[in-house]
Amino acid sequence: MHDMMLILEPLIPGLRRYARALVRDAAIADDLVQDCLERAIVRWHQRRPERSARAWLYAILHNAAIDRGRRMARQGRHVAIEDTDQADLAAPPTQECGLHTGDVLAAIDLLPGDQRAVLLLVGVEDLSYAEAAEVAGVPIGTVMSRLSRGRDQLRALLDSKSTRPTLRRVK
Amino acid sequence: MNERPITEDDLQAYVDERLEPPRQRSVEAYLAGNAEMQARIAALVAQRNALRAALAPIVAEPIPSRLDVWHFAPHRPRWNGWLRPLPALAASLALLCIGGLAGWQVRGGINPQENGIGALAKEAADSYTVFATDTLRPVEVSEPATLSHWVTSRLHRPVGVPDLTGAGFRLLGGRVVATPHGPAGLYIYESKQGARLGVLVRPMKIDRTTRMAEQSFGDLSGFTWADGGIGYSLVGAASASTLHPFADQIRQQSVGKTTSG
Repeated sequence: MHDMMLILEPLIPGLRRYARALVRDAAIADDLVQDCLERAIVRWHQRRPERSARAWLYAILHNAAIDRGRRMARQGRHVAIEDTDQADLAAPPTQECGLHTGDVLAAIDLLPGDQRAVLLLVGVEDLSYAEAAEVAGVPIGTVMSRLSRGRDQLRALLDSKSTRPTLRRVK
Repeated sequence: MNERPITEDDLQAYVDERLEPPRQRSVEAYLAGNAEMQARIAALVAQRNALRAALAPIVAEPIPSRLDVWHFAPHRPRWNGWLRPLPALAASLALLCIGGLAGWQVRGGINPQENGIGALAKEAADSYTVFATDTLRPVEVSEPATLSHWVTSRLHRPVGVPDLTGAGFRLLGGRVVATPHGPAGLYIYESKQGARLGVLVRPMKIDRTTRMAEQSFGDLSGFTWADGGIGYSLVGAASASTLHPFADQIRQQSVGKTTSG
């Protein structure tokens, strides 16, 4: 039990960052992380000890976020209130961080979900390509092509954004 | 020199700073001779940095209490911060008051305490009276792993099923029961002679860690305690001195090897 906590605890900041980047709303993101930690604790004995605990945790979180996305899609217009929250949060929170910080978060929302996930897992969470493949449940080759396409597409979005500064999430 | 051609994967790994030094130099040389690709890769590096910078503040935030995994666990071995004199004194005073109150009210039996381990003890006795005496269907689930999973998911805490086989009581099974403080896990054990013990487990809002307290409700005796926010109450139709070793055994199992006393 104690060992499990010592493995889980240092992963929490990164898990929160990944969840926040996926859903943007801080409270919803933390709900996902809480859900993820609870599942991890309950299923700890099912984990293959030779595999990366980090990839396993991100996979649980990743799947929780996908499940939530599907539920939201089914619920359709019910999410109006949450959408306004998202728009509030989409305002760049850290303008001092540089030219692209606000833009880049708004732009990454426009990527297809599988590309966005790989970009975040590899580029921000520093997962290895193999770990990212495990999280996304695809071969490494697919991770590499999603990374390449996602980054080029994000670049195109950021380029177009510089001429259209009001670009926002369209749904 | 016959070198492998640069691949798109090499370029992505270059952006991620994951190339071995020789390959890194090859990619640099390749980019130096290809202005268009150099601009693309420079943009991807800037984009990766921007994304990291934009999300960096999140990891600096303090972890919200509901995501503190030590709260999920049945014990919190982080007493160091608590041992500063003033909070420790306040805590022991609070525990003394609560303990004294609990003892008084359980003894009186007129006005059962609404919270804390006194309440838990009463809930355990009530559940035992209803379920452990049931000859047809005392338990809902008998398989320990299924039971543990059910209780854990309803209590939102990892709760193992105590093992009393060493004491001659096998697990009959258990169920989730209702208490005024939300769901609780009830485990029922049976001896070869047919004597039954009940253990009720639920999260505690107050009395999160307490000493073991003894109760009696008519013919029933009980021992109740809490560790790290999880309360346990053992009940049986036996004398307190018979039950006491079983309670110690359960407490030892729930606290685990990492903490003592």
